Amino acid sequence: MSFESLLFQAVNGFASASGLFLVAAGLSIIFGVTRIVNMAHGSFYMLGLYLAVTLAPRLGEVFGDALGFWGAILGAALITAALGALVEVLLLRRIYAAPELYQLLATFALLLILSDATLALWGPEDILGPRAPGLTGTVELLGRQLPDSDIFLALIGPIVLIVLHIVLTRTRFGRLVRAATQDREMVAALGINEAVLFTAVFALGTGIAGFGGALQMAREPANLALDLSVLGDAFVVVVIGGLGSIRGAYLAALLVAEVKALCTALGIVEVAGFTFNMSRLTLVAEFLVMAVVLVVRPHGLFGRPLPPAARRGDMEAPLAPLGQRGRFLVLAALALFAAVPLFGLVSSYAPVLALDMVIAALFAASLHLLMGPGGLASFGHAAYFGLGAYGTAYAATVLGLPTPLALGVGIITASAGAVLFGWFCVRLEGVYFAMLTLAFAQIVWSIAHQWEEVTGGSNGLFGVWPDAPFDSAGGLYLAALAVTVLGLVLLRRLVFAPLGLALRAARDSRLRAEASGIAVEKVRWLAFAVAGTLCGAAGGLFAFAKGSISPEAISVGRSIDGLVMVLLGGVHSLMGPLLGAGGLTLLQDMVMRESPFWRGLLGLLILALVLAFPSGLAGGLRRVRSTP
Amino acid sequence: MRPQKAAPFPSVPLLRRRAALIALAALALLPALPAGAAEPIRIGELNSYKAQAAFLDPYRKGMELALKQVNDAGGVLGRPLELISRDDGGNPGDAVRVATELLTRDKVDLLTGTFLSHVGLAVAELAKRRKVFFLAAEPLTDKLTWADGNRYTFRLRPSTYMQVAMLMPEAVKANRKRWAIVYPNYEYGQSAAQTFKTLLKAAQPDVEFVAEQATPLGKIDAGPVAQAIADAKPDAVFNVLFAADLARFVREANTRKALDGTFVVSLLSGEPEYLDPLKEEAPIGWVVTGYPWYSITIPAHQAFLDAYRAAYNDYPRLGSIVGYATIKSLAAGLAKAGSTDSEKLVEAFEGLEVDGPFGPFTYRASDHQATVGAFVGTLAVKHGRGIMLDPVYVDGASVLPSDAEVLKLRPAAN
Repeated sequence: MSFESLLFQAVNGFASASGLFLVAAGLSIIFGVTRIVNMAHGSFYMLGLYLAVTLAPRLGEVFGDALGFWGAILGAALITAALGALVEVLLLRRIYAAPELYQLLATFALLLILSDATLALWGPEDILGPRAPGLTGTVELLGRQLPDSDIFLALIGPIVLIVLHIVLTRTRFGRLVRAATQDREMVAALGINEAVLFTAVFALGTGIAGFGGALQMAREPANLALDLSVLGDAFVVVVIGGLGSIRGAYLAALLVAEVKALCTALGIVEVAGFTFNMSRLTLVAEFLVMAVVLVVRPHGLFGRPLPPAARRGDMEAPLAPLGQRGRFLVLAALALFAAVPLFGLVSSYAPVLALDMVIAALFAASLHLLMGPGGLASFGHAAYFGLGAYGTAYAATVLGLPTPLALGVGIITASAGAVLFGWFCVRLEGVYFAMLTLAFAQIVWSIAHQWEEVTGGSNGLFGVWPDAPFDSAGGLYLAALAVTVLGLVLLRRLVFAPLGLALRAARDSRLRAEASGIAVEKVRWLAFAVAGTLCGAAGGLFAFAKGSISPEAISVGRSIDGLVMVLLGGVHSLMGPLLGAGGLTLLQDMVMRESPFWRGLLGLLILALVLAFPSGLAGGLRRVRSTP
Repeated sequence: MRPQKAAPFPSVPLLRRRAALIALAALALLPALPAGAAEPIRIGELNSYKAQAAFLDPYRKGMELALKQVNDAGGVLGRPLELISRDDGGNPGDAVRVATELLTRDKVDLLTGTFLSHVGLAVAELAKRRKVFFLAAEPLTDKLTWADGNRYTFRLRPSTYMQVAMLMPEAVKANRKRWAIVYPNYEYGQSAAQTFKTLLKAAQPDVEFVAEQATPLGKIDAGPVAQAIADAKPDAVFNVLFAADLARFVREANTRKALDGTFVVSLLSGEPEYLDPLKEEAPIGWVVTGYPWYSITIPAHQAFLDAYRAAYNDYPRLGSIVGYATIKSLAAGLAKAGSTDSEKLVEAFEGLEVDGPFGPFTYRASDHQATVGAFVGTLAVKHGRGIMLDPVYVDGASVLPSDAEVLKLRPAAN
């Protein structure tokens, strides 16, 4: 490994950094002003690329290759911007009044819909676009060939950065955007048309994403996996840089790209007799960087503490214990669920589906402890699900422990993970908390993915079946129901116990809570540990239910599922996550059977639910009741 | 993320919520309708149609074509075949639920399908547990038939090991000393790289592996990877990348002239699914495994090709072959077993001879692997698209280890 090759790889890193920066910049601007965690941001990037590879040959026929190529990029950016504006006007505008994070649910639905729409429009095959005309050659540098297009890409990032900087600091629009980032209500009070401003900002953000996607035309084929893979990168870069800081985003993009280039360049290294392939680290490099940055600088490189939420809704009323009728209904529901194995005589699928619902309920309820009473949205709750599942699977297969003991091992594993990661996470707030939990989940995922000897690598562990008497569908189901009910009772007790009260106090006003002598971080740490522990129980049950476990159980997708369940059900009710978990499991089971475009259909259904019940199913049902 | 505010609770809030919950639960418990009178043989098929659309759309077409042919000829055992297809969600958790649903609600007689290795392994585990016959169509992992192989699971497509072994004669013939390897960082890539190193080292002890790049699946940073390989100055490269990663890598390597003068062998790159998107940029001179549908002279394939084109007005991909051969295998196995009983099916499949589009092949009794082969050829560009020149069919049986060796590789099944 010569110094020159390292240096050359560093130059390569600048081109990759520009790509990362362009996705992240749009996300950062949108979040800064509208506070929307735009899950569909990667979809706009993907659309930009698809539009560009479609437009380029068509425009090329009319105007010649060069004009066609650059025209296609411009066209793709403009179309995605227009689409973004449309989405903002038709969809997001209706739900700004909903509690924060509910927009996340809407944009997640949008992600599903756009993914299926792209599949329907462009078909499943990858589409490789043309190379950039005039930029197909290379320049010799350090005895190696540096592509012209890389030089162009390396320059375009800083150019966009400078243009955005000028727009944000020197124009009226920029001043309004910065003002809205600081205090939206004040901007509105000064007579600025917020609606137009939000639409413009959303269009700008999605347009930049589309532009970034279109620019990749020369480097990668348009494919359907881009939306999710880019989304993760974008979040990471925005958070490392500090929310709302454009230059922070550029620096973060550079940092991530250079770390990856370095891992690639080093290749196989030998340290003290151990050989390690550094290129394998590229799988998780960005999340490692994010974890380190957030632990050292809780608001990212250039971030400042978030200004308080601009739209304050009504204060949430304290949670009320169940009344007599409530208790009766809970008992009735419990009896119904306990009777499911009897239904199994008619349809033996019933206990199978019910088992998935019960496990999902415990998963969602444990996440809800953090999100609801804790006010801390975890984007990486799957980590504890996975730790529980892997701990259980390892104990049951390799160690050969009996079923209850194996589950115990899983719970302890998850608990240990939650205690460890929780200690770091609870120091942070808001999106930074969410992102640090995500980073830890990704790190756990990559360990499970790569530690072949213990976790079985990407294929996972097999043969995790429960012993008698849990080996029948009904037996395992009843055991899972018992564990879940126990967990739910514990969670409920906890929320009404002093710890729960302290947790809620810290959520509603951290300052006052601290002034009253509540050790906020300790309380949150304890809640985090409890949530992780119960989530681990859900994971352990999952392993036994499926007979196998793979890293997919720790993936971002599962964490998002958890968020969607809690939000769909409603954050403000202890019943919410149960409704959400049951509802989502049922919905998914049904749409997967009904249509080849089930993802889009699921997205439409979620969207309909979000528009109909902007504060979740539980909140919606309550509202229907209270307005006869 | 910050405290959530909402409208105050009303005083007695729970009735409707509870009612809805009960309704939702009741919905789940609706019993399945009883089956019709025709009594077809039900084939339960599950696959990652959404997650792997490019490969599985042609696969579905291949299956439907074979199904029509079988049923037009009077079905099997006097009964028509019925295909019940489901999306497995692309992950093992959903796949196991869907497979259980196929077995319990749809009352299918056997299971088939799956694409992703971890999904295939999870369904195989379920098949073993429930003692149900399972023909894995697409997953490549060696574990499916070896380390985690079980009595009820068979596999159609040539495994990772077989695909690598097919390329080995060309790799050895090239007689290069300095090899670099680039592979997607998950089990398929890792085991392909490992097998390649072991086999090549055995055939050519003086070989040296100068670089190994493990790239995240679907997210390769192609420029730095191509550069790092070029910097190691290999005289040959073994590539395991496919799909979008392959396209990115090829383009960067072309632009940087990173692989000029380097001999490349590459897994799966000749399959139309992965070769066609490259169009005129297909890397000339790479030795690949794949499916050159345009230059196969086997009569059985010609018949398949004509029927496929007539039915869909499109050329087949490798997925079409897999789908088609899957149904043909099941029809042959059911006919031989004379029953849909899982135990009888397992016995019938051990040593089962099937006439596939690539000619006859066998399901080995020792490891339940089909001896379907693949084509090995050299990439070239013709009329603006990549093709395989001088493809040679390598029979799967010729690259598989002997029955005695396999016995040691299948601890779980013994």
